[in-house]
Parts: sequence; C-alpha cells; structure tokens
Amino acid sequence: MPSPRYRREMPQRYRLEAGKCKGCGKIFFPPRLICNKCGSEDFEQVVLPENGKIVTFTIIRVAPAQFEAEVPYAIAIVELENGVRITTQVVDCDTEKLEIGNEVKLVFRKVQEEGKTGIILYGYKAVLA
Amino acid sequence: MRDVYLIGCGMTKFGEIWESSFRDLFVEAGLKAIKDAGVDHLDSMYVGTMTSGLFVGQEHVGALMADYLGMAPIPAVRVESACCSGGLAVRMGFLDIASGNSDIVLAGGVEKMNDGADVTFALSTAADQEYECYHGVTFPGLYAMIARAHMDRYGTTRDQLAQVAVKNHFNGSMNPNAQFPRKVTLEQVKNAVLVADPLTVLDSSPVSDGGACVILASEEVAKKLQKPMIKIIGSGVATDSLALDQREDITALNAVKVSAERAFKMAGLKPTDIDLAEVHDCFTIAEICILEELGFAERGKGGLFTEQGHTALTGKIPINTSGGLKSKGHPVGATGAAQIVEIYEQLTGKSGERQIKNAKIGLSQNMGGSGASSVTHIFSLM
Ligand SMILES: [Zn+2]
Repeated sequence: MPSPRYRREMPQRYRLEAGKCKGCGKIFFPPRLICNKCGSEDFEQVVLPENGKIVTFTIIRVAPAQFEAEVPYAIAIVELENGVRITTQVVDCDTEKLEIGNEVKLVFRKVQEEGKTGIILYGYKAVLA
Repeated sequence: MRDVYLIGCGMTKFGEIWESSFRDLFVEAGLKAIKDAGVDHLDSMYVGTMTSGLFVGQEHVGALMADYLGMAPIPAVRVESACCSGGLAVRMGFLDIASGNSDIVLAGGVEKMNDGADVTFALSTAADQEYECYHGVTFPGLYAMIARAHMDRYGTTRDQLAQVAVKNHFNGSMNPNAQFPRKVTLEQVKNAVLVADPLTVLDSSPVSDGGACVILASEEVAKKLQKPMIKIIGSGVATDSLALDQREDITALNAVKVSAERAFKMAGLKPTDIDLAEVHDCFTIAEICILEELGFAERGKGGLFTEQGHTALTGKIPINTSGGLKSKGHPVGATGAAQIVEIYEQLTGKSGERQIKNAKIGLSQNMGGSGASSVTHIFSLM
C-alpha cells in the first residue's frame, strides 16, 4: 500500500476519529465531506467508543494473498455503543464459538505488512470484552 | 424517449477457456450477436468489464474491442460497475437508442478471470478498499455476513441456502454454455469446503472466463429486419453504500429494490406479471435476498419461498432458468449481458429442455459488489 494512502487514514485507524454532523448529529466513520442524511457540510471531530457488540460475522477461510497466512480468521460488523458500525477482525478468541450479540472491545493491533521490506500497517481489531 | 428492442444476442461458453484471450472472448460473443441480429453495421458499442486491468493488465477496453470487432472508428465506451458492468452496458445502450442518438447498438461484457491474477483480491476491489478490504474482508465474507444476519433475524435455514444451489445447478445441467452443467445435491452443497462460514464453495459462483453481447435497435430497424419484437419495457438503476456496515439493514439490498421499482414503474407492471427472471445469485444468500427485494417473496421469506419450489422451472416464478451465476458461471463483466441472452432465448422459444412455456415477460437483475449497484431490466414479447 502506498505510504501516502496509509498515512491519510491514520486518524481513523490509530485513534478512531469520526465526523459528527452539526446539522443532524449523525456520526460518520470514516468521516465524510457531506452528510447523506441532512446535506450539511459542517462536521465536528469525535472519537468512537471502544465497546460494542457483534451484529454479524463470518470466518474467512479463503483470503487474499496478504492475509493467507492468517486463515481462518473472524471478521465482524460491530455496532459500537454510539450506534456506529465498523468492520473489523475479531481476534484472541475461539472463532468457532463466536455468536451474534457477543460484547467486544476494540484494541490497537498490527493488521497487515507490506511485503518483506515494506511498512507494517496497524489499526483496530476487536477482542471479546 | 424512443422504444428500444432486443434483436439479437450471442455468448461464449463460460468456464476456464484457456484457448481464448480476453479480447477473443468479447469478439466471439459480439460476432455471434451481430450475426444473430443480421445487422451490417453498428452505430456505437458499450463494453462492460469489472477489472480487466487487474485480471489481464488491460484497460482502454472500448477502443480495443471496437478495433478487434472490425468496427473502429465507431464510438465505444467501457462501462464499469463491478459485477453489474454488463447489465449497465446494456442500460447505456438502451439510453443511446432511446435518446435518438443511435439506431443499432452492441452492448455486452467480458471477463478473463483465469489468467493467473489474485482473483480474491481483484474481486475485493468492488468493496470499500480502506474500511473493508484493509481488514481482510473478502466477497464471500461479505455475503456470509449477510447470510448469518438473515438466518438470525428471519430463521432462514442452511438447507434453504443450499436449495438455491441445487435448483440452479439443475437448470444449468440443461444449458450447454454453463461452466458446471451438472446437478448437485443438498448434502453436497452443505458438506462442501467452507469458504466463509456459513457459505461453502457450492454456495458460491465460480471463477469464470466468458463474454456475452446483445444487439439493441430502434423500432424502425427491428421491424425492417423482421425480428421477433422483444421490447425493453423497463430499465432501472440504483446505488447504495459500497461498505456493508454503512447500511441501516444488513439483510436488505436497497439498490436492488429501487432499481426494480424504477423498472416496474416504467413498465407499468408488478412482480406477479413477470413470467421468469434471471437474478444475480453470486452466492445462494444473494438470490434469497433478491427474491424479497424484487417483490417475488415477502421480506424474510425468500428462503421459504425457495424451499416451497416457487422458483423452480415448474414454479410460479422460475428464477435463473440458465443455471444462474452459480452453475452457468460468473465472468463478472459478462454476467449482466448473459442474463439478458437467457431472457431473449426464453422469450423467443429457443431454450430447449429448460424452455418456460408461453413466456412473454422476462426480468433481469444484475448487481455490483455486496449490493452497492443494481440494474434491472424488463423485456416483453410484443
Ligand atoms: Zn446531517
């Protein structure tokens, strides 16, 4: 992944920074330039809560090249305490025992690496709370 | 807007077509369609392909295909909307003729997926690259999450998912162009290798090479050529968020619903008026959700509707008589056009063993990504 592209998403991946619409209060993660609910272009920066629960999930058994070494791994859509949903891996758990509704917490982890000589790419992953 | 007619079509066999190149596949389908229609020229053409750049390193596809089809210097436009590139190419051809700009248009699609590219990665570019793929999400993974949410909320069963595959493979067993023209059993689908729980490899459409094209024409041209009058009476397109997590309801495919509502409104018809439909069964769960969005089944009852046999060849609304993406194959850019090839053959009585008797009105629905774009067309034998 080209470094400028990676760097641009750091506020979201490292610090869970989201955009809250000043017009209607809807929170966007990732942030957007215009609200799809009220049309406002006025946002304030907010930080997402770390706790939430699993809305749905799967266990990936066939992965793209950069994740091949990690299969099988769990991916979930997590609804955080403020209602915002994000897609993330669920780690440090018995994936066979995961269930919809499981309470999880977001933690900071390595997500990928860029080949043998490239940068290490970080971000959030979920663990059971 | 002028009326638009479907006057011919052609497709390659779908599968691992080692002997044919990316361009050969499109040109073979295009030449078949041109000969089927009996036209001696084209005014313009539209080529759907999802990601030929990643699959075979080739972009600038409109001009390439116009040249190799022997049609340069006609206008040629490449259309991309992930897996509904082909359906959207037909939509663009429809608008071209409806507007009065062209009288004869070739529209179709092509994909060459088996030339050695990382297919899982290439397909995943139709999802949100920074917020889904970054975390290791795959397409089977996205549909698996839809499936699990649908099962949890509506009680859709593992067997009902498998029944979609069993039905589509049964239909495809009668289609000589299908990649996997063989029947499968419920047990085989359920016990196949898991790709992304709960979906197995037999819940998934295959990796395919193939091309498909249709010829569209104005009423005047269609009458002059004395073709069966198959009119496009409805055409609708809609969009949604690329990322599944941005949608209010993870079990709903709103773009499919809206694209269908637009097509039904234009046609002045309702779901019960449709005699057969080709829908985007990239995974078994997709067909179940689409049945609900198109209004064939009640919300949450797509699985039950399938289990009750309503979507079989002998059911009240036969779905995917061609075998669907599941059995026929899914060369992503070609799929939307290939669906229309099946509708054309059904409405003109050329479907052999899988022919639906007295079919007059057919619907095709083609979808991109995890449902972020959808194209619906309705065709009527006049
Ligand atoms: Zn707003």
